[in-house]
Amino acid sequence: MPVEEFSVLIGGRAGEGINKASAVLNHLMAKLGRYVYMYYDYPSLIRGGHNFAIVRSADQPIRTHRDRVDVVLALNQETVRLHAGRLSASGVVVYDSSSVKEADGIAIPLDQILKEEKAPAITRNSGLIGAFCRVAGVPWAVVDEVFREEIPAHAEVNLRVARRAYDAAEERFQVEATDRPPLPVLTGNEAIALGLVRGGLETYIAYPMTPTSNVLHFLAEFAERSALTVVHPESEIAVILMALGAAYAGKRTAVGTSGGGFCLMTETLSLAGMAELPAVIVLGQRPGPSTGLPTYSCQTELLFARHAGQGEFPRLIVAPADVDEAYLWSARALDLAWRFQVPAILLVDKTLCEGGYSASFDPAVEVVEPPAPTEEPGEGPYLRYRLTPDGVSPMRTVPSPGAVIKVNSYEHDEAGITIEDAALSTAMQEKRRRKGEALARALEEYATVAVYGPPEARVGVVSWGSTVGAVREAAAGMPVRVVQPVVLEPFPAEAFRAAVAGLDRLVVVEQNWTGQLEQLMRLHGVGADARVQRYDGRPFTVDDLVARLAEVV
Amino acid sequence: MAAGDLITSAANTWCPGCGNFAIEHALKDILGEMIAAGTPAEEIVLVTGIGCHGKMADYLGVNSFYAIHGRTIPVATGIKIANPDLTVLCCAGDGDCYGEGLEHLLFAAKRNVDITLLVHDNRVYGLTTGQYTPTSPLGFPGRSTPQGTPEYPLNPVELMIAAGATYVARGYTRRLPQLRELIRDALRHRGFSFLEVFQICATFYNQTAYYDEHACDLDPGEFPTADAARALRVAREWDYSRESRIPLGALYETTYPTYEERLAEHRAGTRDPVAVIQRLFAERT
Ligand SMILES: Cc1ncc(C[n+]2csc(CCOP(=O)(O)OP(=O)(O)O)c2C)c(N)n1
Ligand SMILES: [Mg+2]
Repeated sequence: MPVEEFSVLIGGRAGEGINKASAVLNHLMAKLGRYVYMYYDYPSLIRGGHNFAIVRSADQPIRTHRDRVDVVLALNQETVRLHAGRLSASGVVVYDSSSVKEADGIAIPLDQILKEEKAPAITRNSGLIGAFCRVAGVPWAVVDEVFREEIPAHAEVNLRVARRAYDAAEERFQVEATDRPPLPVLTGNEAIALGLVRGGLETYIAYPMTPTSNVLHFLAEFAERSALTVVHPESEIAVILMALGAAYAGKRTAVGTSGGGFCLMTETLSLAGMAELPAVIVLGQRPGPSTGLPTYSCQTELLFARHAGQGEFPRLIVAPADVDEAYLWSARALDLAWRFQVPAILLVDKTLCEGGYSASFDPAVEVVEPPAPTEEPGEGPYLRYRLTPDGVSPMRTVPSPGAVIKVNSYEHDEAGITIEDAALSTAMQEKRRRKGEALARALEEYATVAVYGPPEARVGVVSWGSTVGAVREAAAGMPVRVVQPVVLEPFPAEAFRAAVAGLDRLVVVEQNWTGQLEQLMRLHGVGADARVQRYDGRPFTVDDLVARLAEVV
Repeated sequence: MAAGDLITSAANTWCPGCGNFAIEHALKDILGEMIAAGTPAEEIVLVTGIGCHGKMADYLGVNSFYAIHGRTIPVATGIKIANPDLTVLCCAGDGDCYGEGLEHLLFAAKRNVDITLLVHDNRVYGLTTGQYTPTSPLGFPGRSTPQGTPEYPLNPVELMIAAGATYVARGYTRRLPQLRELIRDALRHRGFSFLEVFQICATFYNQTAYYDEHACDLDPGEFPTADAARALRVAREWDYSRESRIPLGALYETTYPTYEERLAEHRAGTRDPVAVIQRLFAERT
């Protein structure tokens, strides 16, 4: 049966390599010139517990998964029990008959195959993938190529096992190849990391915390290729302070964390605001309060990110929806943070961070390069906080011959010396305010609000971050306009109002129960008529949203 | 401010008799000597915490990062990671770096990051008007403990030797020639230099008489030693609470690769982001 859209779920116990297996499945589908989305679901533990991944592919861009799958690859009985109900009408379970005793479908005797091939237990996944490729009608040559690329050190033994299972299975589908060149499948974390590198990142500092730990891991390995310094210090407090120290000494630096770590960073976020030191913070949301659901997803830190830190100071908050936006806006966030000497927050979530997406971006995409240190007009000593019309002072970093560079957490004069004078305090507050306004003006150069859907639509669906992927797909069959503010602070109010102009009804879709984007919209004079919310840690699926949007649209 | 003036025009607001003046003048002279001897002025960076000690950032005419309470060390570490050629000096308070930011102190020693930490140990929170700190003696009647603190003090010198600092010394603002030597040594030392300086708080904890009476010098023929066990024995002579003589001088010095040196060993690759990303794309397709 030829299929355009196709989903496969692979499940097993934590520690059985489901993550690696899904990377191989991603790569197989990519090789066929298909667009891929991968959802990875795992509990917060190392061994045992149930892990599964859904690899969905199609001949159009996709950014979310469906409830239904066409094939379930079961390494254990629990996978059959939990997921057989997801099978589509023509769906089939492919299972390891050595460990799964009750299932209908295609049985692969992996114990026997492994024994005969003298293969280690870890090749079990390759067996199921081999069987899957036969079921999906993937030519063996493609399987061979992908295994050699994905598991170069142990390709032979894995291929022997995969081939035995390939031969033991039978074809049920013909997953269609396209003639498009294959696109790489990246996780959001990887796209963020690469975007930062593209933006000129020199130092990355982080304390591990799901869902952004893999930015740290990825960059720590990538450092060998790209002259990066990657540091994992004692706490998130140290992380962000080190980042400001490095920025003061001239290095483009980013940090990564989740809500809990960001809580620890807030005092220093405010220091960045006062001292006018740039930093990019990758803030991966996961459900709270507190430790919450560490390996699941949500959109609950928008207002926190917006208000974190004592005092009033400008900041940039950007919420990309997929890997293409993540790459672009990570690079831009670095650029803007440095140009305006402000902290920038990349507000993402577990769904984007750890999900896999076909990347269509061009790595060479234009980003503005950091301007050379501006020489001040006129004479006189260097003033770190020179009062300028747009509030942006020429930033020099140490060492700078002839300049004494003083940054200060206290209110300060132009030279960076502590002051308490009322008039000068006012001048400095207003300098920072003007800087925020200048940042907002600079953002007008960019598409800060994305709009999708037919121009005649009368209903708008507003969403942000990774949720937009599911919304776009669910709305595709409906007469609605999808509106996505990509930049959330400074809020692009004018662009947003233009994007919702002409709509009679607005629905806001977000993964929280306080309606954080909705509150922000209201602040800028745009109310909502209905809301679709989810707060169980799981992302919206297409099916889920189609049903829920139908109720309110 | 004009480069070259090591004292800024900021109005000084330390109390008359404050121990910080002695430290300020020693630093001004020593940094001046370093610059005269060829260290480019722009390569010197001062990082301060929040407290009376922190005002050093306003008063000394060098690059400075006036940070937040307890957090000089991670800022200084970030600066060193970014540029190992810089001379980075932290002026921290005892409340600041033994209380609020103690974890960073341990990690600086553990990493042997090449910075110099000068702790202005007046054994009281000066700026917040007289509460006990981790080095106040048992029973100290501070404003938050009017009946006397129920806690034993911490012995930072002992702690630093145990945690891996590679230079550990103690000075006193009323023993200026020695203090100047210690500051010079601490700045010269490669690796984490810990220099605790006893200074009186003229307003909230004036211990001049006690220090004058109890301070004694380490035998310069014997110290600093690289023998941590011997250094620890001396460090434990006075526990910051009991009546005892107070040994001053450089206790401990050893050499060990610095954090920045080890980090730099791992730095490789090219600075062509587009090329490395394109290579990764090729591997993934
Ligand atoms: C996070 C935080 N907590 C509390 C304070 C208030 N505070 C300012 S200085 C200080 C204590 C200063 O004591 P110490 O570090 O010993 O410095 P000294 O004034 O004695 O030089 C405190 C508690 C602060 N600035 N920041
Ligand atoms: Mg003190």
